[in-house]
Amino acid sequence: MKGLLIISALGLLAMLAEIFKVKKIILPLTLIGIIAALIANYFEWNATMSISYFDNMIVFDRPALAFSAIILCTAFFWFIMANDYFHEDTNVADHYSLVLFALVGALMLTAFKNMTTLFLGVEILSIPLYVLAASKKGDIKSNEAGFKYLIMGSFASAVLLFGIALIYGATGSFDIQTISNYMANNEGNLPKFFHVGVIFMLIAFCFKVSAAPFHFWAPDVYEGSPTLITALMSTVVKTAAFAAIFKLFLLAFALSSPVWSSILALIIALSLIISNFTAATQSSVKRMLAYSSISHAAFMLMVVLANVRNNSSLDALIYYSLAYCGGSIIAFAVLHVMSNNGGDDSFGSFNGLSKRNPMLAFFMALAMLSLAGIPITAGFFGKYFVFTNMIGTPYKWLLILAVLTSGVGVYYYMKVIIAMYFKNAEIDSAVEIKMPIKFTIIVAGLVTLIVGIVPGIVAQLFKF
Amino acid sequence: MLAVLLILFPLFCSFILFISKGNAGRTIALAATVIEFVLGLAAFYLFKQNPDSSLLSYNCVWVESLNIHFAIEINALSLLMALLTTFLLPLIILTTFNKSENHPSSFYALILMMQMALIGVFTANDGFLFYVFWELALIPIYFICLLWGSNNRGVITFKFFVYTLIGSLFMLIGLIYLYNHTNVEGHKSWAILDLYSAGHALTATQQGAVFWLIFIAFAIKMPVFPFHTWQPDTYVVAPTQGTMLLSGIMLKMGTFGVIKWLLPVVPLGLQEWGGTAITLSVVGIIYASIIAISQKDYKRLIAYSSIAHVGLISAGILSANQQGIQGGLMQMLAHGVNVVGLFFIADILMRHTGTREIDKLGGIRSMNGNFAVLFLIIVLGAVALPLTNGFVGEFLLINGVYQYSATMAAFAGLTIILGAVYMLRSYQNIMLGDKKDSSLAFGPLHTNDKIVLVIICVAIVAFGVYPKPLNDIAEQGTRSIIALMK
Repeated sequence: MKGLLIISALGLLAMLAEIFKVKKIILPLTLIGIIAALIANYFEWNATMSISYFDNMIVFDRPALAFSAIILCTAFFWFIMANDYFHEDTNVADHYSLVLFALVGALMLTAFKNMTTLFLGVEILSIPLYVLAASKKGDIKSNEAGFKYLIMGSFASAVLLFGIALIYGATGSFDIQTISNYMANNEGNLPKFFHVGVIFMLIAFCFKVSAAPFHFWAPDVYEGSPTLITALMSTVVKTAAFAAIFKLFLLAFALSSPVWSSILALIIALSLIISNFTAATQSSVKRMLAYSSISHAAFMLMVVLANVRNNSSLDALIYYSLAYCGGSIIAFAVLHVMSNNGGDDSFGSFNGLSKRNPMLAFFMALAMLSLAGIPITAGFFGKYFVFTNMIGTPYKWLLILAVLTSGVGVYYYMKVIIAMYFKNAEIDSAVEIKMPIKFTIIVAGLVTLIVGIVPGIVAQLFKF
Repeated sequence: MLAVLLILFPLFCSFILFISKGNAGRTIALAATVIEFVLGLAAFYLFKQNPDSSLLSYNCVWVESLNIHFAIEINALSLLMALLTTFLLPLIILTTFNKSENHPSSFYALILMMQMALIGVFTANDGFLFYVFWELALIPIYFICLLWGSNNRGVITFKFFVYTLIGSLFMLIGLIYLYNHTNVEGHKSWAILDLYSAGHALTATQQGAVFWLIFIAFAIKMPVFPFHTWQPDTYVVAPTQGTMLLSGIMLKMGTFGVIKWLLPVVPLGLQEWGGTAITLSVVGIIYASIIAISQKDYKRLIAYSSIAHVGLISAGILSANQQGIQGGLMQMLAHGVNVVGLFFIADILMRHTGTREIDKLGGIRSMNGNFAVLFLIIVLGAVALPLTNGFVGEFLLINGVYQYSATMAAFAGLTIILGAVYMLRSYQNIMLGDKKDSSLAFGPLHTNDKIVLVIICVAIVAFGVYPKPLNDIAEQGTRSIIALMK
């Protein structure tokens, strides 16, 4: 909870900095603030019991703290890397505070215990992102991205709100625990519109994590937004959304899983097929990553579908988020570097990268292998945990489908590696990386490797 | 400890090669593989002295929460495969000495990394570790084929990669399924013996499903008909050393996997589906032999002959009796040596004459008599003439298949005739007859090439005349597997 407060205060401070014309201190201040939030997180983790705030509206229990830790760490490295993004603009402070407020929303999503805080979290997270997506003001594609994201996102929020209203109508409460108890006491007795409400909420979250068939906004928004904002969307936002999904569907609505599980299975199947086959035909790496993120969302939804009632689903989600964040941060950072060095988002601009900058090519290859799920990278263990969760369920056909589509997945990830190591560059000049980005790439790469080689670390770190 | 050293030493050398620059790479690589071979021989000696020596196995916890262990053991089966790997690697490195590759250090580093993964696959005693090594073996070979292969390698190596990866993911699911059914005092376990007992406890239907999940990975690797479509193209476009690694050793991962990770795991599944798998293998033998006969490119011919040979190995192993499995092991060793020899011959032909087209070659014997003799010995080993290394294995294999079904054995036996047809006919066309234009360029062999060919020929004859040391180990390994299947 202290972390949440610190980040909120940081957002305000960033705005004040603009007024008092001390823009230079914003970045160090933000970084120190995030570290302070992480330390606060650590103490709360070691506290004997989780404390609830505002009449049980927000509870930072261990799962919530674990997800917030991942979000905060990702944000920390994102800020280091995003130095560039803030410099090209005049209104630096606005952007800082927007990102920080989005972070506040993300943290709320990990810790809500009440439907109102859930909705608040979703909105606080989304609204800054609509603006950030359109923050390259001169670029028509960025404007399109922001607009599309706004329309689609608001629509999803409306559906979410409708779902919450229906559930409130059936159970008379916004409190997650009360809803869950009510379901347990009135099993078989619940009105039909309660289930409709649950399904509406599921659909709204599928919008947010861009699972098919609610994924149409994702490729355009990912492509149009500034690359660094895309990195933020595909890491922080996704992790937060899955933290919320975990709490809603694995804890609160677990009892009604017979109602929503077949729909979810269909959504996953569609996501796997559509994302992988479309990603394979893309000529832009950024769009390919957008489609691949749909496939990763499907993998994480599989954990929800498996609905294993112990810590193993939590472990799987945490692990997968970590692996996916690591891989994505590297991939988007490299994309950003490439576009700063005369390239664009196409596969062609990766040609011959191994000669232009061997280190960058190595880490990009590592990220691609991790996203493709090849041992000994973090991505492999992510996939492994998903498989272990799924194998005991009746949805074995989905598992087979996941394996087959992973094969397609390898195709497009390898396309990047082939371009880097196998094709000849059109430009021979060396690719230069700025120190902060280099630092972020190396740290994310090391995390990807170390977590892949000694996966026990994560289990040690997050013992629930 | 020796077992760990066998895995870590190539890895260590591979790192050194990755960072080293210049032309020292090949010397380092050769020295490393020779030392590794000496380590392999030391393991052989130790095993002969005391098969239970603590030096030959190692076990420590890798991931505690999932009960994954870094458990490796050199037993009879893995010893044979480790010997094959460590014996072939120096030869494969030596074949590069007359060529200059781009980025030689990385090339050798990848080969050594491959050796590490292969030894890991053969010695792993933990299901998860086995899978990780299995996948790790794929990455270096993919890059070897991709970066040093010939034309059109992009698409073809890709197909190879995706094919094998999908296969191994199915295996992963099969292994996780078994893991979820293990129960050792309330805990799940990846240890191979626990996986065996978990497999035995499954119903026949479940065992059948697990059989296919795991067998597909092995069938693609070998490859067994109809999973072979990646193989001929990949063998042809890969650089010679890549092809040697693929056919000489990597293919054995599949057959070895069937022996250690399939037969003792799901005996009922084998009863149910073994017949189907044997039929596929036998179909593959005949299909590949017939295609091999009509091939014009010598390298492609060997690629198809390899499908035929491995089909017989697979049929023999799946018949799951003493002769079949023992013959499979012996033939794996023989085929590894012979096929590396044959691919090297193809490489020499290409280097000297600029072509591998059988029709364009002829009369090379009169240009270089020594080469003709060495080539002939390797061909005879490949057609399994008595007193060559191929004979013992092939005899036992057909015997094993015969015990399973006489009809199958009759069809599988065709491999002897068809093999002789394509092998001897191609030899005749290339070496005998009138001199063709392109053969005129065939000069004396380089010393390095000669050394490799002579070592291979000595191995072929020596183990044909006196197979006992290896045969004893193969017999011992087979007995332990058969005991585990009960």
